[in-house]
Amino acid sequence: MEVRVANVRKEFERFPALHDVSLDIKSGELIALLGPSGSGKTTLLRLIAGLERPTRGKIFFGDEDASQKSIQERNVGFVFQHYALFRHMTVADNIGFGLKVRHGASRPPAAEIRRRASELLDLVQLSGLEKRYPAQLSGGQRQRVALARAMAIEPKVLLLDEPFGALDAQVRRELRRWLREIHDATGHTTVFVTHDQEEALELADRVVVMSQGRIEQVGTADDIYDTPNSPFVYGFIGESSSLPVKIENGEIWLADRPIGLQAPHAPSGDATLYFRPHDVELLEGCSGCIAGTVAASRRVAGTRRVELEIGGERQRVEIELPVDHPAAQKSRVAFRPGRWKLFPAA
Amino acid sequence: MTTAPAQAGWRFRQPSVIPGFGLTLGFSLAYLTLIILIPLSGLIWRSASLGWVDFWAIASDRRTINALQISFGTAFIAAAVNVVFGTLVAWVLVRYRFPGRRIVDAMVDLPFALPTAVAGIALTTLYAPNGWIGKLLMPLGLKVAYTPLGIVIALIFIGLPFVVRTVQPIMEEIDKEVEEAAATLGASRFQIITRILFPGLAPAIITGFSLAFARGVGEYGSVIFIAGNLPYKSEIAPLLIVIRLEEYNYPAATAIAAIMLALSFLMLLIVNLVQTWSRKRYG
Repeated sequence: MEVRVANVRKEFERFPALHDVSLDIKSGELIALLGPSGSGKTTLLRLIAGLERPTRGKIFFGDEDASQKSIQERNVGFVFQHYALFRHMTVADNIGFGLKVRHGASRPPAAEIRRRASELLDLVQLSGLEKRYPAQLSGGQRQRVALARAMAIEPKVLLLDEPFGALDAQVRRELRRWLREIHDATGHTTVFVTHDQEEALELADRVVVMSQGRIEQVGTADDIYDTPNSPFVYGFIGESSSLPVKIENGEIWLADRPIGLQAPHAPSGDATLYFRPHDVELLEGCSGCIAGTVAASRRVAGTRRVELEIGGERQRVEIELPVDHPAAQKSRVAFRPGRWKLFPAA
Repeated sequence: MTTAPAQAGWRFRQPSVIPGFGLTLGFSLAYLTLIILIPLSGLIWRSASLGWVDFWAIASDRRTINALQISFGTAFIAAAVNVVFGTLVAWVLVRYRFPGRRIVDAMVDLPFALPTAVAGIALTTLYAPNGWIGKLLMPLGLKVAYTPLGIVIALIFIGLPFVVRTVQPIMEEIDKEVEEAAATLGASRFQIITRILFPGLAPAIITGFSLAFARGVGEYGSVIFIAGNLPYKSEIAPLLIVIRLEEYNYPAATAIAAIMLALSFLMLLIVNLVQTWSRKRYG
């Protein structure tokens, strides 16, 4: 099922949580809403589910306007961060709940509900745990039950709110791969919320980066990482360094010297230069480069991270060097960023 | 270590690293013995000295049986009514924010604090045939004061806070997400209440019921004013005990008391069994 969010605004007691957000989700797509806390990602998810009503704007499921439909009518599967399982019901009853509460002819017979529950338990790799109560399961198992419960109603969309947020790192990685497999097997249109960029980039077909109630960028992991379209995305996704620069006649100047980068289409004036610390070219001698004094040098996993103080303003930037690179021993390092981007100064 | 556990023989399992277990347990046992166990065993001892035949004669006396029936019957009905409306009051207090909520919340505790005799007199004045409410009920053929119905009303008044105060904290703990989950799965508001919320509250409701019931069985002060105290009709067991005492008929008084004790114990046992069962299920 396609989902279309059209110019949605949401206010909580006059405080806007979402400003005019639009988003098209393709059928069968696995999409991640990524952002820091307070960015509105959970609000957007809850609006799609119908747990909140938009202040303005509409949400379409296919061609149907779903915004005026109640939660019950929307037929969405929702998975909560803290599982929200019914603790007085067995695992099988939890999964069958959505079918049991249906009325009249749409409710399958009891045997059919049981069969479906154990089928879904097989799918989430928890066969044989039908009779357990949620209290007797581990966190990872509970979240699988919650997912099975959400899928039991054959939802139009599967919505997951920080599904792995309450689990430890090991289980989280495992479930991440497993969710991808389940998605590929069942083909549900799936939207999940996360503040973990690794999770979003690894798992999702497309990532929606959000900040302060707005969508900053929508794209594949490659788009988001390689061509961030705003300083926020550049800073939020992966490591980044920035420097205040000045543009004159298409040339980038750092304080009083050009750094050898051309920006022919950029307007003259103040700007901020963004680049990735690992994507730099080290130079010997310097005519048109960025040069700085080594202020600190740290070993991080397979690389060495060097902090440089640049120019008279002692602006600090980080670059990454191979561990055995001789430049790390020097007191002065010159470099030029490989891939970089300019944004007008704030 | 020279004193290995094996050599020490039988001893208490060390329950935790917190010191003072022996001292506090000893104090608790001594205290409970002094306050509860000695008076109750004195009661049983006194009634046992009565002899089986005499005891049976008192126990099977029509007046005794009626008094016990009225005491336990009215207490049961009142507790049942309180479960329904007490849960409702707790729901309103927990779920909604309205002006005066704190006042209503404080009002629930009034029956705890008010001297029971005051409550009894106030209720009698209201429900008497010429009282404010009694006057309105009279034409409907409903006589409240001086009937078992009056006793029920007094016990409802007394028992309400027990239900509200046991259910309220559990209700506050209910996770909103659980309700939202049920709604996304297609459950209607009614289904959410009956299938999700109520089963979760059941243990608290049962506890509230048993507290209100136990209080109702033993209530004296508020009831004797409104009951009218007609033997066989609206005479409660605690009053009958007082009457026997005033007649210096101590054996009869202790016999009735012992029966009440046994019945109360039985009720609490049943309630506890239900509790254990539901706790095992709902963990």
